[in-house]
Amino acid sequence: MQLYLPIADIPVNVFLILAMGMAVGFVSGMFGIGGGFLLTPLLIFIGISPAVAVASVSTHIAASSLSGALSYWRKRSIDLTLALVLLGGSIVGTILGVLLFTYLRTLGQLDLVIALSYVVLLGGVGTAMFYEGLRAIARARRGGNPTLRRPGSHSWVHGLPLKMRFKRSKIYLSVIPVNIIGLLIGFIGAIMGVGGSFILIPALIYVLRVPTSTVIGTSMALTLVTMVIATVLHAITNHLVDAVLALILMIGGVTGAQFGARAGLRIRGEHLRLLLGLLILAVGVRFAVEIAIRPDDLYTVRDAGGAG
Amino acid sequence: MMPHLRHAVAGLTLSLCGLFGADDACAERLIVSVSNHRVTVTPNYSGEELVLFGSVERDDTAAAFRGNYDLVVTVSGPRTDMVTRRKERRFGIWINADSRQFLNVPSYLAISSNRPLDLVASPDVRRRQQLGLDNVLLTQRIGTDYADVVASDPFRSAFVRLRTEHGLYREATSAVTFLTPTLFRTGIPLPAEVPIGTYDVDIKLFANGALATQTQTAFEVVKVGFEQFIANTARHHGLAYGLATAMMALMTGWIASVVFRRD
Repeated sequence: MQLYLPIADIPVNVFLILAMGMAVGFVSGMFGIGGGFLLTPLLIFIGISPAVAVASVSTHIAASSLSGALSYWRKRSIDLTLALVLLGGSIVGTILGVLLFTYLRTLGQLDLVIALSYVVLLGGVGTAMFYEGLRAIARARRGGNPTLRRPGSHSWVHGLPLKMRFKRSKIYLSVIPVNIIGLLIGFIGAIMGVGGSFILIPALIYVLRVPTSTVIGTSMALTLVTMVIATVLHAITNHLVDAVLALILMIGGVTGAQFGARAGLRIRGEHLRLLLGLLILAVGVRFAVEIAIRPDDLYTVRDAGGAG
Repeated sequence: MMPHLRHAVAGLTLSLCGLFGADDACAERLIVSVSNHRVTVTPNYSGEELVLFGSVERDDTAAAFRGNYDLVVTVSGPRTDMVTRRKERRFGIWINADSRQFLNVPSYLAISSNRPLDLVASPDVRRRQQLGLDNVLLTQRIGTDYADVVASDPFRSAFVRLRTEHGLYREATSAVTFLTPTLFRTGIPLPAEVPIGTYDVDIKLFANGALATQTQTAFEVVKVGFEQFIANTARHHGLAYGLATAMMALMTGWIASVVFRRD
């Protein structure tokens, strides 16, 4: 069934978009991530302009992170204080990111920066997760304790001043690294068109030593707020949020996420990390291939003022 | 590399008949009509083909002309600025290295004729009348200079090729059919990614390689109903649209969490 999208200005197959939303929703429900890093490239691949894709995906992520965040809220596993401190940095980061986004667009190098940041970030995070997952599995095979990381272990991060107590997470931590992480996530999110939870979750676990029980819920709460802000900002500045596209995506997304969450419960944690690591790595490699090999067409045509 | 510049000359038609179609001095007159003057883009729009009909009216002075007429129809969509970029390998990766800005060029361009353009008129006439994709004026900005360049310019030809691949530029030299020596028709295919706006249709009649007469008509492509409502709201009431979209997202997320609630 073909449907003409009013903002993207192209006809699309509704079932294709619905299926893409479901597939990405399944993955995001399974791993507790937003899935923007999968959905944005997919939409661009089917011919939607990068700017519309980025703007509409943020709306989609807002919907899926709310339904996720609500269930974590009921389980009391959201650290609101932590989310708020992260949000402070994240808003500043988002504004800086949007400014750089606009500047790069005028230079004509936005595509390259998006591709490079996908390669570096997804490649790095994917490799680290994959490696960590393999080690965890190897440890489990040897019969050792699979959770070797002790939540109490300290690093230099914990020596910083301006400490604050985050009750729900049971940690006592300086607000400086929390704000910096928030800033980085906001910045990366604005440039790459992703929620950034695939970076936020590892950062919270490995850098801040936030216990796993509150990590995903807190990350979803932060993603929810930043994506709502991003939707409104995109609508005001670029007029590029396609509500029809976003609605189809989110209907598929929230449905897929339920099945994903159920599937995720049946898979062991280290296997889940290994799988997610592989997935992230695969997307990173795809972008690396794109900029490393000679493109089929050396030329591209774009609207001077408009998309991308 | 200095491109051979052909300075932009405003498309000033010197033919009297061209400017004053109904003038007494003219031997021929064109009467044309498009099958649909208002193409509406609805949710199930996925491309459309318009038909242009027309006839050549001849007065007594034209009786001397026994040859066949040639007809060239140029449809140009709303004008916009575009950028063409070329990738080059730098530091082992392919990046956009060089770019050209195309100013005020048609977002849609379809040129139809009844036979190959080189048989219709001489190269000089073709260039003056902007017949064919090679001769249409596509102004580029090169530094501070505004000019069109030769058709073989790599940026120009890449631009035309990419627009053609998307169905937005088109040159069909057998698309005009003469049903009788004076009655003709041609199709105007509009792609799914149709630019919204006003389309100018320029019809030029040639006899013995010279412009005999010309006429213009137009049609518009508009969004209607739901599409128009969404597009207008997004453009003119950004904040309200953004808030409404965000509300829609939150409602969807909330409904999902209620429907699928398991605890």
